[in-house]
Amino acid sequence: MNIVVCVKQVPDTYSERRLDPGDKTLDRASADGVINELDEYAIEESLKLAEATGGTVTVLTMGPEKATESIRKALSMGADKAVHVLDDSLHGADAVQTSAALAAALDKVGFDLVVLGSESTDARMSVVPAMLAERLGLPQLTYASKVEVDGSAITVQRQAEYGYDKVEATLPAVVSVVEKINEPRYPSFKGIMAAKKKEVANFGVGDLGLAEADLGLAGAATEVVEFTPAPPREKGVVVTDEGDGGVKIADYLASQKIL
Amino acid sequence: MSEILVLVDHADGAVKKVTLELLTLARRLGEPAAVFVGQGYDNAKSILAEYGAAKVYVAADAELAEYVVAPKVAVLASLVQDRQPGGVLLPSSADGKEIAGRLAVRVGAGVITDAVDVRDGFVCEQSVFGGGTIVQSRVRSGVPIVTVRPNSAAPEAAPADAAEEQVSVTLSDADKAARITDRVEVEKGERPDLAEASIVVSGGRGVGSGENFAVIEALADALGAAVGASRAATDAGWYPHQYQVGQTGKTVSPQLYLAAGISGAIQHRAGMQTSKTIVVVNKDAEAPLFEIADFGVVGDLHQVVPQLTEEVKKRKA
Repeated sequence: MNIVVCVKQVPDTYSERRLDPGDKTLDRASADGVINELDEYAIEESLKLAEATGGTVTVLTMGPEKATESIRKALSMGADKAVHVLDDSLHGADAVQTSAALAAALDKVGFDLVVLGSESTDARMSVVPAMLAERLGLPQLTYASKVEVDGSAITVQRQAEYGYDKVEATLPAVVSVVEKINEPRYPSFKGIMAAKKKEVANFGVGDLGLAEADLGLAGAATEVVEFTPAPPREKGVVVTDEGDGGVKIADYLASQKIL
Repeated sequence: MSEILVLVDHADGAVKKVTLELLTLARRLGEPAAVFVGQGYDNAKSILAEYGAAKVYVAADAELAEYVVAPKVAVLASLVQDRQPGGVLLPSSADGKEIAGRLAVRVGAGVITDAVDVRDGFVCEQSVFGGGTIVQSRVRSGVPIVTVRPNSAAPEAAPADAAEEQVSVTLSDADKAARITDRVEVEKGERPDLAEASIVVSGGRGVGSGENFAVIEALADALGAAVGASRAATDAGWYPHQYQVGQTGKTVSPQLYLAAGISGAIQHRAGMQTSKTIVVVNKDAEAPLFEIADFGVVGDLHQVVPQLTEEVKKRKA
């Protein structure tokens, strides 16, 4: 089975994340870049499925030069090769544009299964997997907490408020995973060494046949009008429990008319 | 005045509160038209009218419930094309965001998710980077498609006609590609939905075990609240994963968020920082969550929380 796993490099949640005051896009230089956490679960699931079916795993990312760090991480975990959609004219792409570029790259690479994390920790939109299913005309098997493949049949448990839905489809398909699904492996020393020799192909917008007018900030259907730091929350009252902590909270809630 | 489509979030016609919030917001932007997909419209009709739906588009074909997300996209896409609405509002749920994303691709529009306010001209306010930055965004081409977080507006009644219009769509093969074959419900009792609840009581590492979550549940039940959990608690298997609050889990914005035994890493704050009132109980006075608490108690949650539960019961009696 030919699996493509999509990954995204994001600013580390622990570093100070901000927008660039100039073009109001994510300031990627100000924060350390890391692979999006849920994408590690997507990689793990892809590797497991490939191991079980004798398939290959190709990493696909879109992002600036720096995103090669995340490609290397995925390769060191065990993915076979990678495709990097790398083109300055993509800078400032929103989710609609990102899904267009990824769909074009997926068409070019070919696949039986696309796997993604269900959310990125920076934009947190959770829309790209569904948008890919829409663009590719394929089954949307998102928020999966369990994936089973049997020949060309694929079944997932789609996590929901009330529990889960069992969803069935036929390959090819688009899957997104939640963190409950597995425990991602750590790259081994051997894996890290091997990753250095694995093939990484670069695609530009010309290779993908994307129309210039639709690209980047200028072609985005959404825009940030302005942004401001959130006003800090006013420091509240903190007391030490002297046997009446519960009563004190009840008094506070009553004073706020919550109780 | 142009129509503003509001996708109704419901379970067999029982309308979720977020829908009433969306109808309230829609009145600022144009004339609210509810879009009801699925069975049970008779149960929903009167509340949609009460909260200002001038019109209701009803798509009740049983087939629409059999597939993941795409049928609702097909209904909304056909309405967007036929009615040229001023915008589309959906709840910021997992389904709502995916429907919005696919709709934007299908009709060639822009999408904004997780708005906490929508103003004149569809300018959307979002709270990003764990609540650290406030962003004003807008859609500049095509019909604006916006998902709004629950508890972003107070629902206001404004009786309207709710004039019913049946809608039927033909699903494409692609719309029918992911078939739902079974729905498995986990026991959650009578508690409100975590995302919509006005009060959330959450437990973390300090709770100590799965059994001890009974202390958190007891307080939640006394307050009529939903139960949440930190990632430490769900990773440890003490509480089911779907109740996790934070980055990679649920984002909540209730009137009151009460956190017990949660230190408050940035991952957790990202999921609850926009709560109106935050109360924290932790035995570690250095826990970062105290920095954003409106009221905090440094103490053992196993003492403080049961005492609070008794006190709430006493005062509500």
